[in-house]
Amino acid sequence: MIVEVTATPFDPWQRVQTHQAQHLSAGRYGATAVFVGTLRDFNDGDDVSSMTLEHYPGMTEKYLEQISKDAAARWNLLDTLIVHRVGELHPNDPIVLVAAWSAHRKDAFEASRWLMEELKSRAPFWKKERLSEGGERWVEGNTEGY
Amino acid sequence: MTIHVRFFASLRERLDVVDQELAASTAATVAEVWQRILGDTEPPANMLVAVNMEYADLDAPVRDGDEVAFFPPVTGG
Repeated sequence: MIVEVTATPFDPWQRVQTHQAQHLSAGRYGATAVFVGTLRDFNDGDDVSSMTLEHYPGMTEKYLEQISKDAAARWNLLDTLIVHRVGELHPNDPIVLVAAWSAHRKDAFEASRWLMEELKSRAPFWKKERLSEGGERWVEGNTEGY
Repeated sequence: MTIHVRFFASLRERLDVVDQELAASTAATVAEVWQRILGDTEPPANMLVAVNMEYADLDAPVRDGDEVAFFPPVTGG
């Protein structure tokens, strides 16, 4: 179970591969569910040129670790990985990676979905968009996931 | 003998307020911490509160050494 909040750009697909090689036993897992969130270049009808992601150092990591533990208690998982960017991001930059490994697909699918929705609704991160036409604004809320 | 008070994101900018220390003897609850710093300014209805990095309510008690945080709805992911 790994949680990482990073100001450095990351390649989610590389992270999944590396994590799998380092933390999972070949032949033991039959299902890997992966969600990757990527920064769009539009929001609410406007073109977005960049975004700054703020977080609450300490609480954010603690919250992500808690939901990872909750998921491990609720589903039959072999491992989970959450990586989330902070700092300045540009369109097409990966924002978040949530991955779950299990023997069968049900647990990996359900746990990764649940982790993502918990992260979106309660993990202390805040987005501020910079618009192509100038100016910036805080994103007021997340879209519904279900 | 202090409470550490933190503000984040749009809430911090809108209120034009910075992180600060408050004498622990002056506030017994989160609501009182808010009041000591922001006076009559009503807390936004959708505001979130944490005490020692755990979600809490405005009526939660605060003690010496606690960290109290006020922030807007979260928008990560």
